[in-house]
Amino acid sequence: MNENRDTQIPPRLSDIKKEIEGYARGFGLDFYETIFEVLGYDEINMVAAYGGFPNRYPHWRFGMEYEQLSKGYEYGLSKIYEMVINNNPSYAYLLESNMDVDQKLVMAHVFGHVDFFKNNFSFRHTNRKMMDEMANHATRVRRIIDKVGLEPVETFVDRSLSLENLIDQHSQHFQRRAKDKDEEDKPIEVRGFKADREYMQGFINPREFLDEQRKKLEDERAAKKKFPERPQRDVLQFLLEHAPLERWEGEILSLMREEAYYFAPQGQTKICNEGWASFWHSKIMTEKALKDSEIVDYADHHSGTMGTRPGAINPYKLGIELWRHIEDRWNRGRFGKEYDDCDDLRARRAWDKKLGLGRQKIFEVRKHYNDVTFIDEFLTADFAAEQKLFVYGFNEKGNRWEILDREFQKVKRKLLQQLTNFGQPIIEVVDGNFENRGELLLAHRHDGVDLRVDYAKDTLANLQAMWRRPVAIVTRVDGKGVLMRFDGRDHADRKVDY
Amino acid sequence: MPLKIKQDHSRFREIIRGRIKNNLRKYIQKGEMIGKKGKDLITIPVPSIDIPHFRYGHKDQGGVGQGDGEPGTVLAPGAVEGDGHGKAGQGEGQHALEVDLSLDELAEILGEELALPRIQNKGKKNLVTPKVKYSGVHTTGPESLRHFKRTYKQALKRSIASGTYNPALPIIVPTREDKRYRSWRVQEMPQSNAVVIYMMDVSGSMGDEQKEIVRIESFWIDTWLRANYKGLETRYIIHDAVAREVDRETFFHTRESGGTMISSAYKLCKEMMDADYDTGSWNIYPFHFSDGDNWSADDTRTCVNLLKSEILTKVNQFAYGQVESPYGSGQFIKDLREAFDSVENVALSEISNKDAIYNSIKEFLGKGS
Repeated sequence: MNENRDTQIPPRLSDIKKEIEGYARGFGLDFYETIFEVLGYDEINMVAAYGGFPNRYPHWRFGMEYEQLSKGYEYGLSKIYEMVINNNPSYAYLLESNMDVDQKLVMAHVFGHVDFFKNNFSFRHTNRKMMDEMANHATRVRRIIDKVGLEPVETFVDRSLSLENLIDQHSQHFQRRAKDKDEEDKPIEVRGFKADREYMQGFINPREFLDEQRKKLEDERAAKKKFPERPQRDVLQFLLEHAPLERWEGEILSLMREEAYYFAPQGQTKICNEGWASFWHSKIMTEKALKDSEIVDYADHHSGTMGTRPGAINPYKLGIELWRHIEDRWNRGRFGKEYDDCDDLRARRAWDKKLGLGRQKIFEVRKHYNDVTFIDEFLTADFAAEQKLFVYGFNEKGNRWEILDREFQKVKRKLLQQLTNFGQPIIEVVDGNFENRGELLLAHRHDGVDLRVDYAKDTLANLQAMWRRPVAIVTRVDGKGVLMRFDGRDHADRKVDY
Repeated sequence: MPLKIKQDHSRFREIIRGRIKNNLRKYIQKGEMIGKKGKDLITIPVPSIDIPHFRYGHKDQGGVGQGDGEPGTVLAPGAVEGDGHGKAGQGEGQHALEVDLSLDELAEILGEELALPRIQNKGKKNLVTPKVKYSGVHTTGPESLRHFKRTYKQALKRSIASGTYNPALPIIVPTREDKRYRSWRVQEMPQSNAVVIYMMDVSGSMGDEQKEIVRIESFWIDTWLRANYKGLETRYIIHDAVAREVDRETFFHTRESGGTMISSAYKLCKEMMDADYDTGSWNIYPFHFSDGDNWSADDTRTCVNLLKSEILTKVNQFAYGQVESPYGSGQFIKDLREAFDSVENVALSEISNKDAIYNSIKEFLGKGS
């Protein structure tokens, strides 16, 4: 990764790589060429802090990540096992001081990830040359810093980071914005239903009906004059097109937006991706690669990865169990109408049609699903009970977190809610010329959970610094509609119907 | 070759220290890393900056967890992730390891995080005694120091590898080569003792939250001083209008309703020092916590005089922590500040909430006296 150091893997590891790669291909995994590099813990912490890339633009938040990772390692609290980036060829990193059995495990796990990157639909539009692209971004930002200075660039990056989640998580798959149509200001012509005979006209198209039609057309035309025409989820794109940014500001915002889109699918597939990689490292290790002398260490580390704690979902654990569950269901034919309708508990428990479709099914699923659809379709009541899933919440009175419920529907709903839009509130630009004063109005699509108000206000301030004119957002707080506005100096709240 | 990221890192440290970019200061958060001491989870202060986003209020949100327990079961503090959103997807696997930290390690981490100076010894200056610290694992050693877990793992590995492991009868017999022993290192420690005298106002205005803050502070103070001295004694005094000595348990759980005369506690502290702690061989640390209310300006004057004439000459450092409460006037710290503005061995700190604890520990212990 860096120029002065030979990070080629030594022959011993290269033999191991060949071996593991052979097993992985034997199982049908289909991945890009994968390049492993061996790094010391300091370097691996750095690369991890940079999000897996050896070269990023200068910013303090990478230093913060680095500090947390290094401290965790030095104090013996945490350790990076595996890191891989979605690129063609893919790059993955091995920790120098790891035992061979760990390196085997990591390689097996990595091939799982790369297979997923290559084949899952969510990654179809990601840049597979991101390694180069990130380095280009770094160079471009450095050049800008040379020109305008570190302080202003850093401040602008801080602001952009504050808005970074305001992208359209799914827009890469289709065109949301309608093509601009040139519609001239022709007088509105109301055509009623066709009446063959003149004297029928008054009956088929009474005056009230025609007026109604005229109003509809007028509204439609008014809507087209709105700006943006329809609410726009990609707030960053909107800013790029319409905010009065300096050239260099636009350049930085645009490359940060690009990076946000590159990382987005990884956030949307955390559970299925980690689960898939774990499923395969487990399979490859226990069925092929492990020597007897390595079993204990493998078991130790595998169980460390799968550990759960009550207040959080471990994506590795939930994922691997769900993949195994799917494989088992399709192997035994536990799906379809006949199985669903069967309410004889004993018959269900013994259900086995010996279909052996499991392997085929999971490869199909890994192509077409992300976390939301994966959970929605395959998380069954049996599975939730088996995995002891529950919903928790905060008890204000006792000032503590408590288990609330184990009811399947509630667990599933909560889990899906957590995953939808990557756990982020859905926010869109609704008016770029609010109250005809050039102000920017956003709307929060409230789905039962309030925004964190102090953060919302500070974020508005960052938005205002880019838009220059006052900005506002409508949302609901404690069940009431609120419009929060920031004019560059003062925050103001106003009650609204929303 | 120095790592590229060091630049970003030093930039981050400067923000944390408040040298640059003060607009980010309010987003600095503490207590990110979690270690374990016995049964308790302990958060280790690792600063981070949380850039504001439009996002959900976490406590409204709740979430899905995994494990045993009926509805109503309380989740342990630290079990719930700090914030509701994951880090923007990075293809990395980082795992928290559950480790038991010894008090020594905790003190070391604390000292490093807060950049605390080692304490200048005040008592018998040049006497040191060796102190044994267990720091590693060796393949030889006395049986009394055998590391059971490591030995077992080693034996299990060997028996699986050699094919003698029988799952039906999983008996593992360690051989000589399997055995692992704790090994130690000898450190020089000053041969001197220290006493901490905790005083706390227990009048009605000090609530549970205020006491919780004092409890956490005292834990860290004990931890740090214990690492710096060979022996550490702690004494506890509670007061409202009168003062009395109590045990630790009572100290944190008493609530009285009377008025507040701080001088009563200082008097008792002085008597205690005179009776039990000879200044030649003891390092003395009185810590006083209250919400800043005192009965009268007269009593405050008495306090100041007591400190000046009797206490400050004998102690390494006198510390006063003022815990913010909705009822207190907060006057007392102002009076002390006025009286002891440039006095070396007086440390004053205002603690507005739990997040301010680490800062105030730094104010208390940062002088190294």
